[in-house]
Formats: sequence, structure tokens, C-alpha cells
Amino acid sequence: MKLPGFENSREGWKQRSSLEFRHRIDKFAGRLFFVFSIIPVFLAIAILVMMIYKSWPIMKTHPLWQMLTGQVWKPDDGLFGFLPFIAGTAWVTLVALFLAVPPCLLTSIFLSEYASHSLRAFMKPLLDILAAIPSVVYGVWGTIAIVPFIQNKLQPFIHQHLGTLPFINSNNPTGFGILSGAIVLAIMVAPFIIAVLYEILSNIPEGLKEASLAMGTTRLQTVRWVVIPQALPGIIAGIVLGASRALGETMAVLMVVGNVAQMPHSIFDAAYPLPALIANNYGEMMSIPLYDSALMTAALILLVIILIFNITSTLALQHVLERNI
Amino acid sequence: MKNRWAGRHVAETIFKGLMLFSFGLVAGSLALILWTVISKGLPSLSWSMLTQAPQGGYYLGKAGGVLNATLGSLYMAGGGTLLALFLGLPIALYLETYLGRSVWSRYVRLALDVLWGIPSIVYGAIGFIIMLAIGMRASMLGGIIALTLLELPILTRAIDEVIRMMPRDLEQAALALGATPLEVATRVITRQMLPGIITGVLLAFGRGIGDAASVLFTAGYTDRMPSSLLRPVASLPLAVYFQLSMPYPEVQNRAYAAALILTFIVLVVSLSSRWLGGKLGKFIIK
Repeated sequence: MKLPGFENSREGWKQRSSLEFRHRIDKFAGRLFFVFSIIPVFLAIAILVMMIYKSWPIMKTHPLWQMLTGQVWKPDDGLFGFLPFIAGTAWVTLVALFLAVPPCLLTSIFLSEYASHSLRAFMKPLLDILAAIPSVVYGVWGTIAIVPFIQNKLQPFIHQHLGTLPFINSNNPTGFGILSGAIVLAIMVAPFIIAVLYEILSNIPEGLKEASLAMGTTRLQTVRWVVIPQALPGIIAGIVLGASRALGETMAVLMVVGNVAQMPHSIFDAAYPLPALIANNYGEMMSIPLYDSALMTAALILLVIILIFNITSTLALQHVLERNI
Repeated sequence: MKNRWAGRHVAETIFKGLMLFSFGLVAGSLALILWTVISKGLPSLSWSMLTQAPQGGYYLGKAGGVLNATLGSLYMAGGGTLLALFLGLPIALYLETYLGRSVWSRYVRLALDVLWGIPSIVYGAIGFIIMLAIGMRASMLGGIIALTLLELPILTRAIDEVIRMMPRDLEQAALALGATPLEVATRVITRQMLPGIITGVLLAFGRGIGDAASVLFTAGYTDRMPSSLLRPVASLPLAVYFQLSMPYPEVQNRAYAAALILTFIVLVVSLSSRWLGGKLGKFIIK
């Protein structure tokens, strides 16, 4: 069968180039593309629905609040307390942000306000490469470089001099712990945070800065009193977006964080973040009742936290970036 | 006259020093990572690592290599990228040419942002559920599907951002000459934005090949060479991870070598996207 308009002849060519035919093709492509554009929306909803459906069996028998605040994780006895994992995720992410945000902020201010054109051009591929390095490689680097450093140098040193302070007093001697995970994570999210902050800072109208500089302020004063106040909502949103990236990072953290299900009390303690819990246990041990449902609930908790961070910061960033044009 | 020692100038100098320091910190950590991976990986990288699959007793330190994982990773990331491009490019073009600033485009972009934020471990778990539901075992196809899910938002958003940067005059000129939106999309935008599209594709490929968490349950792991879409397949990130967790130093050294291979592939992809972008950039209308 030959489709009308597709004969390989002079007539066919004429038909193909007729206005009516072109409009028909255009309309058809429009409808097809519309179907394609449903896919992301459908996927986003379907993933959420599927996860809720899969975690439903355990939510029926164990109240969600009880699981969120339960401290004991013993699937064999039917005890599914997520608090150690949530706490582990929170500790690693917060320490990582604490380490990453000041240098990232300073670097992005430096790039947008001080750096020469050639330095900026040098920084771009550098950040791209840093962002492109796979998380497993970061994990390898963490186990080779960071863990021994913490085990042999940093922890003994701190233990000797500041041993009694809260949050750093620990008897975990392995070096695998929250601080190792946080250092690796901080370097992983740094290129991302710098890129977002740089975009926000360079979006501040040049006239504002010039007006301030014309008053005789130094560059730093302009940054402090003009740029930062103007960019603050965007900066916060950028950091929250970085946090949402850090929360979901699996492999690199899993390899250096120790993976012990306990409530951490110190940055040197081992922890067990939610993504590591899923990666280590999912796909195995399905014989224990409700285990897979519990892991799906863990994934759902993680996803909900990430989506809240992600959506609010994305919307805030859109708002901020559109306002300044 | 400028008083060099006035408080504000001192503060300026201090902060400039701090900024240079953090700039050096970021650049230095990249150098440190690359140096560690290369210096640890290079001594144990050998010809047989690159050209052989694991032989018997490989995980006790006997002969073999990671060719199966290298090929498996390239196949899965390649397949995932192709599928993601097949879906993502039309979506990005549709958003720009047909929809403009309509409400639906807002929803689609929001959905893409949401998908982009979902961690890869969740994609892995979702992929596993789907596979269980339709009775599929861990296989290369499962890995490709998980990677497609992971790469689709990255690729679409990257291309979308690039298309948005395009000068509007070009599009309007084409429309004014009587071109339909489809013709604008295929003949003007894709040509004009080819460097950006290639960069987006390679970015997604790099993300896909380096991701371990999404293929962990979906693709499985095997010591055989990849042969069929329906069989389990090895991947480089998992090869690194599994070998590193072995208690033998010889096997751990191979994990470093495998990490070096993976880093090398990702660096080549990243640098070639830069190079291609510059090379193809000659043909666009500024």
C-alpha cells in the first residue's frame, strides 16, 4: 500500500510540498509530540502512586508515626524503626552542607564579582568535570584518601585536644563515619551549588552594583550591602536545591559512611542513611514479611523529603530569576 | 587619598584571600581526586584488564579483566541515551515551538524538574518493581530502561535550556516566511542548536554510565560478556564497588584500575562534548 503523498515521483513531490500537506504533517507531529510530553507528567505521578501502593501493606499494620519515630530496626521481629536512618541522612547532609556552603558561596562571589574573564572560562570546564565524575569514583577516593586521613590523623588529633566536646566525642575507630561521608558529599555537591549560585549572582542587575560602587564603596561592601541582600532568596533556594541533591546520593556515601543502624551522636560515629539502606537490602531477603514494603516506605520517605526541598527551591528560583530580568 | 589600612580595605583584602582560598580548594579537590585515582589505578591497569572478562578465580586475584563491565556499561548507557534522546528531543522542541508559555508547558517542565530530583536509587527500585510485576529478571533491558528514566529529565532539561537561549528572531523569521512550527523545529532549531543538543546528550550519557544505584537491581551482575538484552549484564560502577568490597588487595587494586577506566571514559565524554560544541559552533548563526 502506498500512502498518498509519498510516491517517489514528481507528483508525489508536488503533493508533499503543498500547503495543505505540510499543515497536515504539522498537526500530526503536534499531536504526537503532545503524547510524548505527557510521558514526564505521567511518570512523575506514576512513580509516586506506585511507591505509595507498594508501601501500603506495612502502613496498614504499623502506624506511620510509629515507624518514623521508632529507633529499633529488626525486620526479623517485625520492628521497623526508621529514625536511625532518617537521623543518619540528616546528619550526613547537614554536615556536608556545613562544609560545602561557605567555600561555594565565596567561590561563586569570587567568580561573579572579582574573577577575570579567562579565570571564569577556566572554571567552567573544571566544574563540569567535577560534576561528571561518577559517584563510585568519589567513593573510591573517599575510602583511599579521606577515611585513612580521618582514622589516623584527624580523629586522634581532635580526640587528644577537644575530646570532651559534644558532637565530636566518639569511640568509632574505623574512620568510616559521618564526617567521611560528609566530606565526600560536600565535594560532590560543590560544583552543582557553585553553578546555581553563580547564575543567581550574575543575574543581579549591573546598574545596582555600579550605583553602589560610584558611591565609593569597596567591592566587598557592594557585595555585602547590595548583592547579597538582593540575591539572598536565590542563594537560599540554591542551597536547598543542593541539599536535595545531597539527600539522594547513594553510592559514594554508602562506601564511606560505615552503615551501622544506630542513632549517631558525633560526626565520627558511623551512620546508615536512607539511600544506603535501600541499596544494601533491596532485592534480597524478600522472605521476611513486609520487608520490601518497609524498604519502599523508606524510599517514599526519602522521595517526599527530596521533592519538598526540590519543588519549593525550583519554584523559588524560577521566581527569583524571572524577577530580575 | 586612599588609606590602605582603613578597616574596609583590610576587610577587602582578607575576604579576597578567603575567596582565592576557597577557589583553590575547589580546584585542588578535583586535582586531588584525579591524582588519587590515576596514581592508584595506573599501576594495576594492564592489557588483560582492558581486554578480558573475569576468568575462574578472578575474585581471588587470578587472571582476567573488566571488559565485560566496560562493554556492559557502554551498551546500557548508549541504549539509555538513545531512548532518552528519542523521547526527550521531541518533548523539548514541543515545549518551545508548539507550546511557548502555556500552562501545559509549565506542568511538563515542573514534572521534568521533579523527575530530575528523584534519586537514582529510587529509579532502581522502581525499575525493579516494574520488572517483578511483568515477570522479568535482572537484565540488560532492565538496566537500559532504568537509565532511560534517569537520563530523560537530564537530557530534556539540558536541551530545553539550550533552545530557550536561541535568538527569537530566527524562529520568527522562519515563521514569517510561512514555515510551520514543525519545520521551524526540525530545520531551524535543531540545526542552530546542534552543539547544545550534543552537549546535553553527552552530559546524559556521562551521568548514565557513571550511575551505579539505578542498575544495581535492574541489570544485575555477571562475569560473562554481555550477549543478550534479556540476560544480566555487568557494569563498570558495580565492578568497582564489588571488587573494592573484596578482602584481597589484588582485587582491590583492580577496583582502582576499573575506577580509572570509568573516570577516563567520563573525562573523554566530557571533554569531547566541549570540543564538539566548539567545532560545530562554527556553523550556527550568531
